[in-house]
Amino acid sequence: MMGPRSTWLSGKRLHLQHGPIDLIIGAEAAHPDAFSAAQGRFASILEELVSELALLRRPVGVDTRFEGAVAARMGAAVRGLDGVFVTPMAAVAGAVAEEVLAAMQAAAPLRRAYVNNGGDIALHLSPNCTPRPGFEVAIAGPQGHRLGVVSVDAETKVRGLATSGLGGRSLSMGIADSVTVLARSAAAADVAATLIANDVDLPRHPAISRAPANALQPDSDLGARAVVTAVGELSRGDIRRALDRGQRRAQAFHRAGLIEAAALFLRGAHRMVGHLPMTAPGSGRVEHA
Amino acid sequence: MTGKSRTASADKIRCDACPVLCFIAEGRAGACDRYANQEGRLVRLDPLTILETSAGKGVRSVPFLGENGDADWDGDLLHSRRQFVTAIGAGTTYPDYKPAPFIVSQEIDGIDMVTVVTEGIFSYCGVKVKIDTDRHIGQERAVVRVDGEAIGHVMTSEYGSRMLSLGGVEHLTGGSKREGRVTCDAVLRLCNRDAVTMDIDEGAQVVVQAGKAPIIEGTAEKLMRVGCGSAAIGMFAAQWVDHADEVIVVDDHITGVLSEHQAGKLLGVKRTGIRVNGRRSTPGRYFQVAEPGTGWGGTNVQDPLAVLKDADPEYAWPGLRLLMVSTTGEQFAYFELDADLVPQPAPIPTALKASVERIAENCEPSFCSVLFMGGAGGSLRAGVTENPVRLTRSVRDALTYVSCGGAQAYVWPGGGITVMADVTEMPTNAFGYVPTPALVAPIEFTMRLADYRDLGGHMEDVRPLDTIQEGQVRRVRGFGPDPHDPGRYKWDGKP
Repeated sequence: MMGPRSTWLSGKRLHLQHGPIDLIIGAEAAHPDAFSAAQGRFASILEELVSELALLRRPVGVDTRFEGAVAARMGAAVRGLDGVFVTPMAAVAGAVAEEVLAAMQAAAPLRRAYVNNGGDIALHLSPNCTPRPGFEVAIAGPQGHRLGVVSVDAETKVRGLATSGLGGRSLSMGIADSVTVLARSAAAADVAATLIANDVDLPRHPAISRAPANALQPDSDLGARAVVTAVGELSRGDIRRALDRGQRRAQAFHRAGLIEAAALFLRGAHRMVGHLPMTAPGSGRVEHA
Repeated sequence: MTGKSRTASADKIRCDACPVLCFIAEGRAGACDRYANQEGRLVRLDPLTILETSAGKGVRSVPFLGENGDADWDGDLLHSRRQFVTAIGAGTTYPDYKPAPFIVSQEIDGIDMVTVVTEGIFSYCGVKVKIDTDRHIGQERAVVRVDGEAIGHVMTSEYGSRMLSLGGVEHLTGGSKREGRVTCDAVLRLCNRDAVTMDIDEGAQVVVQAGKAPIIEGTAEKLMRVGCGSAAIGMFAAQWVDHADEVIVVDDHITGVLSEHQAGKLLGVKRTGIRVNGRRSTPGRYFQVAEPGTGWGGTNVQDPLAVLKDADPEYAWPGLRLLMVSTTGEQFAYFELDADLVPQPAPIPTALKASVERIAENCEPSFCSVLFMGGAGGSLRAGVTENPVRLTRSVRDALTYVSCGGAQAYVWPGGGITVMADVTEMPTNAFGYVPTPALVAPIEFTMRLADYRDLGGHMEDVRPLDTIQEGQVRRVRGFGPDPHDPGRYKWDGKP
């Protein structure tokens, strides 16, 4: 069995990997202690999660309590989301990124840092610095092409960013190519992106193939719920209706203060919710919805 | 690679590559997307991920949390007069879409210098071996084998030396899998200064080790020849004329005959009627007096009289004093003709013995030299600059100095960056390999920081020398030239 691996990439980036978790960590002019702290915290994270995995794969109840710090972050991110099926696993990537970033923040002063867990990213931006630090994050579509670039700066409340959709590792109940969410934490962004992407959908549409999640991934937290396996031809009306559904979910999350902004992409069309400073390639600034 | 699996049910398997222990359905991947179930077997999907490439050499792998200390990385820091970071242990960025693993800056006499170090993966590479011997080890173009596999060939002989060209892309990847593996291993060992035993088709068995005497057919070579047989006559004729009537210097290349040689003529040596086998080239110089071999002067001769025909009775005389000697002075014999004009062994006069010893004294010790030769291709250069051809031009313009493991590299003229470097000038174990098979060789590009910027270097990845932590490096005493010597650069210390 493979243990956690730690590798330096070019540009002073640290790659931490254990099982399904891949983190890329960058910190600007950071003290080495920050990276040591990331390595130290990462060493046991997967084992901690696995010890509570059965519990994490079920919807949280009123009395559900978690032992591990990451599990607690996951639980908190899904608690209070009523009327929708969701388990703490929807927040796992964001919660891991957040936890590792928190360990770095505690170890050394940071100006600008990120922990990228396969597209779910926890950001550190120090508000007290001049010039005010920011990030430009490129969002890639399912085929690796660039959908746009999101600018995040320290003035905003955004400290987490997550992308969900059909292209990723996780199974999706929807047909979105990509849903990117900006939120105050990576775990919150992760959950919201998953749920908004699930709602970009056309129930019972003949061009959409589905299968029970546990037929594809026997351990899936989604159980026998139908997940999308293929999407055929869609009309412009289909695309509009699917995006409308997802947008309604995103707007509800935005009103509830769960997210700061979201961008939904499907077959070349997109919707924006909240204030999203995004530049699409070749088309200048994308207008807000 | 981990990943034993056991069947959990007919179509699902349990992956134990990590603690998650996913059940994976047939034809699907686990949660990590790294392992999958292919017809009931657990398979790894990405054998070429960064970490797995060449057993962790893909990028610098840092030991995790006290796991086996610093053994994972042994980057060399070569001390010459100044510190110079070599690429040994630096890791590679193959296929080089990323900047080189280390781009190190330091101020040298007021000039900001930068050295880009990377361990390049070379498929176009091999070694040129110079074996100081006149002994015949095989015909030019003969195949050189290790463990029965062809790893190279005998190439054009040089003065006093036999030359081999070993490795190269045709053997590494152009032949059978085993040929590639054996070649890679042999070349790697030669580059790391280990001994390699090789057999030359219709030639000798030779043990080659950089910086050591060659061992030919079980005998260690001692000396290089002082010159060809004709040259030896020219050099020693004056010392011989008073003590011998005829001297034959036996040499597989050109056997010299004193009395016919220009040098002998000038000294008034008279005709002796001693006749040698072979083909006369010019007066006193004979080709092919015997077959090539490991005997006298690189011939197959063990008894020197074998190269002689019967003496010509018209000129020869009883009592004629004949010295026969090899081009290294290691073999010699003295004869006097009897009444039937047949050479008979006789005690060698002291003066002649001294001249023979002088031949040996003038021979240099016999060594094997191993020069690594490889081409830094387009992709390796991309690790140095975003605009690879500018690196080539910068090297051509002598703004960039190329070294291999700190050793001075000769850069071939023409396109690309094809270099040769002496492996004995590098720290030990400078080379590695990847299973491709290909060699992993250290290569460094040193230039002024300003020049690096101009050629489109990865400026954001430049790091000062003092940020490389002491615990991560292996320090090696300096030997070989100083790469930072301003005289190496066109700007010559004038920034």
